[in-house]
Amino acid sequence: MKAPAFDYVKPRSLAEVFDLMARYGDDARILAGGQTLMATLNMRLSDPKILIDITRLQDLSRIEVRPGVLHIGALVTHTAIESSALVAEHAPLLAAAAPHIAHRAIRNSGTWGGSIAYGDPAAEWPCCLVALDGTVVVQGHGGQRRVKATDFFQDLYTTDLKPGEIVVGSEIPVMTRNHWCAFDELARRHGDYAVAGLAVVAEFDGTTARKVNLGLLGMGVIPLRAPRTEALLAGKVLDAGTIEIAAASLKAELDPLPDLTHGADTKRHLATVLMRRLLSAAHASRAALAI
Amino acid sequence: MNTVTTPNLLNADASIAGTEVEERPKIDHTDKPLPPVTEDPRYIGSSSERPSARKLVQGQGTYIDDLELPRMVHVVYWRSPLAHAKITRIGLDAARKAPGVVLVAAGSDVAKYCKPWVATLAHLAGMKSAPQYPLAMDRVYWQGEPVVAVVAETRQQAEDALPLIEVEFDELPPVVDMETALDPSTPLIHADLGDNLCFTRSLNVGDVDAAFAQADAVVGTTFQFGRHTGVTLEPRCQIADWSSADQKLTVWHSFQAPHMMQDLYSRQFDIPESNIRVVCKEVGGSFGIKVHAYPDDFATVALSMMCRRPVKFVADRLESFTSDIHARHHRVTARIGVKKSGEIVGFEMDDLTGIGPFSMFPRTSAIEGNQVVNLVGGPYKHQNYRAHLKVVFQNKTPTCQYRGVGHPIACAVTEGLVDMAARAIGMDPLEIRRKNVIPDDAYPATGASGIKLEVLSHEACLRKIELLMDYPKLKAEIADLRKQGIYRGIGFAALIELTNPSAAFYGVGGARIASQDGCTIRFDPSGAISVSVSVGEQGQGNDGIYRQIAADAVGVDLEKVRLVLSDTDVTPYGGGTWASRGAGVGGEAVLLAGQALRANIIKVAAIILKRDASELAVRRGAVVDAKTLEAVLEFPELGRIAYFRSDTLPADFTPELMVTRHYAQRDYPFIFTNGVQASYVEVDPDTGFVKLLKHWAVEDCGRVINPKLVDEQIRGAIVQGIGGALFEECLYDENGRLMNGSMADYLVPMSGEMPDIEVAHVQTPTRSSQLGAKGAGEAGTAGAPAAVMNAINDALAPLKAEVWSQPITPEKVLRALGKVS
Amino acid sequence: MSSTQMITVTVNGQDRCCHVEPRTHLVDFVRNDLGLKGSHLGCEHGVCGACTVEVDGRIVRGCLTLAVQTEGCRVRTIEGLSDDGDVRDLQESFVRNNALQCGFCTPGMVMAAKELLETRPNATRAEVREWMSGNFCRCTGYHAIVDAVCETLAERAKKRAA
Repeated sequence: MKAPAFDYVKPRSLAEVFDLMARYGDDARILAGGQTLMATLNMRLSDPKILIDITRLQDLSRIEVRPGVLHIGALVTHTAIESSALVAEHAPLLAAAAPHIAHRAIRNSGTWGGSIAYGDPAAEWPCCLVALDGTVVVQGHGGQRRVKATDFFQDLYTTDLKPGEIVVGSEIPVMTRNHWCAFDELARRHGDYAVAGLAVVAEFDGTTARKVNLGLLGMGVIPLRAPRTEALLAGKVLDAGTIEIAAASLKAELDPLPDLTHGADTKRHLATVLMRRLLSAAHASRAALAI
Repeated sequence: MNTVTTPNLLNADASIAGTEVEERPKIDHTDKPLPPVTEDPRYIGSSSERPSARKLVQGQGTYIDDLELPRMVHVVYWRSPLAHAKITRIGLDAARKAPGVVLVAAGSDVAKYCKPWVATLAHLAGMKSAPQYPLAMDRVYWQGEPVVAVVAETRQQAEDALPLIEVEFDELPPVVDMETALDPSTPLIHADLGDNLCFTRSLNVGDVDAAFAQADAVVGTTFQFGRHTGVTLEPRCQIADWSSADQKLTVWHSFQAPHMMQDLYSRQFDIPESNIRVVCKEVGGSFGIKVHAYPDDFATVALSMMCRRPVKFVADRLESFTSDIHARHHRVTARIGVKKSGEIVGFEMDDLTGIGPFSMFPRTSAIEGNQVVNLVGGPYKHQNYRAHLKVVFQNKTPTCQYRGVGHPIACAVTEGLVDMAARAIGMDPLEIRRKNVIPDDAYPATGASGIKLEVLSHEACLRKIELLMDYPKLKAEIADLRKQGIYRGIGFAALIELTNPSAAFYGVGGARIASQDGCTIRFDPSGAISVSVSVGEQGQGNDGIYRQIAADAVGVDLEKVRLVLSDTDVTPYGGGTWASRGAGVGGEAVLLAGQALRANIIKVAAIILKRDASELAVRRGAVVDAKTLEAVLEFPELGRIAYFRSDTLPADFTPELMVTRHYAQRDYPFIFTNGVQASYVEVDPDTGFVKLLKHWAVEDCGRVINPKLVDEQIRGAIVQGIGGALFEECLYDENGRLMNGSMADYLVPMSGEMPDIEVAHVQTPTRSSQLGAKGAGEAGTAGAPAAVMNAINDALAPLKAEVWSQPITPEKVLRALGKVS
Repeated sequence: MSSTQMITVTVNGQDRCCHVEPRTHLVDFVRNDLGLKGSHLGCEHGVCGACTVEVDGRIVRGCLTLAVQTEGCRVRTIEGLSDDGDVRDLQESFVRNNALQCGFCTPGMVMAAKELLETRPNATRAEVREWMSGNFCRCTGYHAIVDAVCETLAERAKKRAA
């Protein structure tokens, strides 16, 4: 359908953005890439009075390495992340996940910040960010706040963003030689929202996994971690026996919502299949290094 | 630090950009050429370029939504959110006051202009349906039924007014489960009809019970086919333009059969037929979705009469999902009996199909089920067949003919049973088919269901596909990979497909749907020809083949042929596109007209040259000496004399350089085609995901007029069939509401998951026409679901799992494997 | 609230100055305000790809982009591409392979393929299939489209090597 009528403004500064947000409150929507917002408006599921286009704020479109962290600005597009040498080096998990996001035309417009702020539990970026133990940087009139990704996503499409705040970027701990990461998802068609997806970020000492982060998408109302299963994996060699124990634990730990064609049991099962595959790959990779 | 990207199930890439190295067996993709139908054949049988391709690739096509007429307004329909309810109040005042709104109308307003209709066919004995109006009257019968029309200056303004419409309902219990639709406790959708049964039919041929008693194995199962829909990329659209001064109606319509709509508008609105013109421009995909008469089609015409301005209707994608016809929801319980020798002794099947609350106008919603009865077992020579069909009403979107119409279901049931039989007796699936298909020298033949088969080539096609796919090599590959825990499978589907229909399909039932078509060819003064045909173009390439046939038949270069299609004011009267008849029926009319014009050209030349007509012939835009083939009169010169110098011609002679010929196929109820497809898949037993590795089709559609166009039709049809087999389903909740009516949730096949498709042909021409062409547009859709389903079950066989419910989702595979509950 | 804004945008090389409602999609702007009917509407959800156009050298969904967002940008549609001849080889290949039937998806396909040709000159057949999977076609079954794109990739590779 055609979108309902609204006003449109493109402020020049963050201060202007916050002023507008204070003035319009719930009647305003932030427009960055618009790939989610416009689809929502085109289905007339929402009726805002004004769109605040923040894409003039070029400060928010940088990818930078800062001490120990990779900073990704909110306005960085998915395509920019996909082709960034800095991302490839310091946060290769994102480079692995990027090609799964929708299709090229969407990736050219859609933004990192937009995806984080929307918090779709089936999306790739929120899942990767929680797996990486990243931090979301938000800002409002009162200044900047940093929120751990694992605290940021709270409920279905509900984040820690307070009224008058926007996501301005995020910080991701840079990968070191001892880190291993992988991303995989199962989607009916390339680019669809996945039925199940897994991001693994592990820190190794030889073939012993000191810490394993499991980020899951499509398993709940938010992008999930699996702390009980992660605890079982910590300090272990990821051999077949360990992986089986982890699979049983993950099955018990997950309580997925069914979707139109996949029941909870199927989703649970698929999550364990992904975990088996990625952890086996991690082990094989570390074992190969050790030779 | 290392990363892993998504594991690939298959490595099929080469190192050179865009290329792929693949070893193929040497095979003739098209049979040896048939004898020509014209003198100096140049184009029939060749892959000439389509006339519209160049403009379409540059975005210069004209589709209905591209048209803007003076004073044109836009209609948007407020559609029922409920599946079954009484309308208790409609409040339109607020909407009428909205900016830009010109008119707001409800059922009783439109009923003043347009009669209701009942969609039944007399030859489907006992079929019943209820009267239907363009807009709902006192009840709504499905979610998506149009209730109120809002007409405004812009589309945006019309949509803005929709939330201002007030409609109050008393909800009624919806009928949403076809299994219980006929239970006494289930509410009646139409009290006057007495029950929720639209149509039932039984067939009992031979003695199935005796045959099964003598069989060595009787196996069967229950097949499920999910309801799905066409999803034409260009949604349904039309512009209705009522000229109040001269009481004439023009409708610009994205449609397959303009003459049919001309007739229907005439009778539903009581307007003389000759005061109605229906014109189609480029059609962005139709596949049968655009061959039915929708309630909103009639409503849009009524609105134009009411506001005396052109009214444009373009279905939004969301409304397309609940208002375009659906199709193919069947539950078929079926069995097959087979002897150890491999002989199939009989088939038995019980088909239940759930349609909408009304049979769809005018082709009816019982045809699909009726065809399933006619077609199960089709390729085979058994003589025992028992079938039972029930078509029941439901409170869901109405259903009707969609590409393949019953064939995909019948073929999947048949071919699934044949594979089951093969496994039961330990026979190779290709071998059991070879043993049981009607032999190539046994025609004409009658199938067990009574279908009349002129001439088919099952044996030749089976031989060809075995070579084309290198079956032994693939079987060895599968056996090898199984040892490594990789599960691949091959599935075959032998199929028959009805094409070139006679009036037995609709005409005999009382529907004014033409099964004859015509072509007019005009010789222009410059020596070019203008060809007007009553069958139109929707992407399949009718424009291409008509140009080729006309060029060869008359004797001119391809570039000298101009086409005029899809305008009831201009073209001959005919049936348009349906049941794969464009090439066989429309093409024959073109051939006949071309031959007649050629003869008249020679007559004129004979007069001008003062020679006997028997000494003359036509070659490439000139009249030539029949013996030496030397040009004696160029076409432009003949045209100059015939049109501008009649003073130089004898008083008793008038050149007739514009001829019309018609053609109807009357030898058989249908001219059947046959083919065989094979699918090669890999099933991931851990995830249940299916990867389509390759697909092959050998198709016999008689004389192939343009190999490239036919092959592309077959490929597109196959992918459409794969959609139903793996991805597409209209999912309803228990309240009769469609849960996945958007492009995000209704999954259509995209390029990433589709296989390469190799097509080859056998050519067995039909003798019912000179051209010998049979239809080809639907066979791909008929066979693909069966081939893919059989391939998946072949892959799962070692794991003792099978899936008979389409679409085959990963969850269904996992359930079959016992991996999820 | 339905007031219009003025935008200045270069469309197919021509500077345009137009008044648009903020809610107007880019694809509706080029179709209805500028008469460029070659870009099509298939869903308005951003899924089918029929509305794909180019903004500042990158493909976007015309139904998920507002005309007002293209202030100061360079927009190109299938008409501009065709007139400029940028992808004449690709378009010829489409015709040769009959990689179009009804033609409704074709401008979007050409747009998407163009960006592949420019950014992935060494794409394999599988990568072409994956890239093009953002554009829905109901007619062709995709095989011929993939053939046409691969053929163009190969030809361009040959030219580069020469």
